[in-house]
Amino acid sequence: MAVVAREKAAVEVVDLASTPLRELNRRLHDLATAPGPAAWRILNPNGAHALACGLDAEIDVEIDGHVGYYCAGMNKRATVRVHGNASTGIAENLMSGRVIVEGNASQSAGATGRGGLLVVHGDASSRCGISMKGIDIVVGGSVGHMSAFMAQTGCLVVCGDAGDALGDSIYEARLYVRGSVAGLGADCVEKELRDDHVEQVARLLDAAGIDADPAEFRRYGSARQLYNFKIDNAGAY
Amino acid sequence: MCGIVGLFAKSPEVEERLGEHLGAMLVQMSSRGPDSAGVAVYRDPAPGGWSKLTLYSASPHEQWAAVRDELRDAFGDCDEPGIRASHAVFVVDSDADAAQTLIRERRPDLRVMSAGEVIEIYKETGPPEQFAAAFALEDFQGTHALGHTRMATESRVTTEGSHPFSTGLDLCLVHNGSLSNHNRLRENLRREGIEFQTENDTEVAAGYLAWRMREGATLEEALDGCLTDLDGFYTFAVGTADGFAVLRDPIACKPAVLAETDEWVAMSSEWRAIAVLPGAADAEAWEPQPEVVYVWEKEKV
Repeated sequence: MAVVAREKAAVEVVDLASTPLRELNRRLHDLATAPGPAAWRILNPNGAHALACGLDAEIDVEIDGHVGYYCAGMNKRATVRVHGNASTGIAENLMSGRVIVEGNASQSAGATGRGGLLVVHGDASSRCGISMKGIDIVVGGSVGHMSAFMAQTGCLVVCGDAGDALGDSIYEARLYVRGSVAGLGADCVEKELRDDHVEQVARLLDAAGIDADPAEFRRYGSARQLYNFKIDNAGAY
Repeated sequence: MCGIVGLFAKSPEVEERLGEHLGAMLVQMSSRGPDSAGVAVYRDPAPGGWSKLTLYSASPHEQWAAVRDELRDAFGDCDEPGIRASHAVFVVDSDADAAQTLIRERRPDLRVMSAGEVIEIYKETGPPEQFAAAFALEDFQGTHALGHTRMATESRVTTEGSHPFSTGLDLCLVHNGSLSNHNRLRENLRREGIEFQTENDTEVAAGYLAWRMREGATLEEALDGCLTDLDGFYTFAVGTADGFAVLRDPIACKPAVLAETDEWVAMSSEWRAIAVLPGAADAEAWEPQPEVVYVWEKEKV
């Protein structure tokens, strides 16, 4: 009985119907410098913007409902799970940690992300992974047009289809798509799927908890005709 | 910026509370558009052979009874006006074009906000919350409605420059974005006989749709034409007597979310506006794709 009570107390429940968003975000930010609850549950997000942004602590944040713009942006170390849909810019500039969306994500999911893992179990909309710089993104459904635009490094794994202009002006990111691609963007080409790529896809699917055959994916990347690629710098990506 | 909302009732319960829901959605979009707000509500169809006008007067002391008498003199019969703040709705025994032509000729000081059989348009400067209260939105019942909160970029903050825009019978348009070829297009449409009341870019898009549909295009065909003939950024929501449609430009930078339950279909710039609807948490929600025309219509009897 006592054990159950302690476990319940360990989850900090915050209801946004009664708590101001800024107060919640301030409490979450405080965890970067002071100890506090390691598990959080947020109720009634109702599309609030900038929810759980800028976290820098090894905590779990569960959000019950749909979130607004830029949820879990700039996240470091924390795991943020959205039990619903996410609006524009979920996990924008993700640094590390994990962000999981159980539903669909709107445009610019994982934009400019530098590290960590973003998982979207539903569909992601246009410009998913735009200018990604090291983030790994796994999408259980499909992605919209101009996904991975100017993507620099990191992996985008799409279990469904990709919209038009995939990987336009891409640098060194790796794009894996299981379904159809409506069209490739400038300087983006299909490349051979070698064993190490299959292993990489398998590892990312496993981390995302998505069941799919990694050998069914096709790989896309840069033809290296558009930007000034120097082979001497290949190790930098 | 700007916020747009649309609500299409699929049940009598939602029809009964259409205005209350619409007002709540509109207020949620205040931060996207604090300059002015407006709604188009489709409700209470005029009897056969009659039509409905929504008129706006800049004068707080407008004698609406005089307008009623003028319409009665011209057409034989006209109901008592339904007055809401600076607007009044007249149901008149005439076709809509004849009625609005008469008003434009005899009362150039008034503005025809909408004309048709079911549409009513109300719009005013000021924040959405103030608008919703002044126009008693919670009273409205109806089948479907669109709303707009404006952050002005292309033209002045005036009642006339507020959305929705209507340039065709029972037709209206709300817009998030900006058009860059509206000046030339306005001149072309004027030559085709489409009348414009402002220098606003969105009115040109509404005029374009009215022109295409006058020439025989369906709503879907007219919206498809926007993709080639309009230059700029847009998420459009278009209302007709039977329903509403949504279109986004090929780049689709301007936000939009659609959601549907057994009770309603809703569209908005942001989820926040849909979250206030009953059953929203369990709605199917998705972002409309660029260059795809989405249409919901009442089953035509």
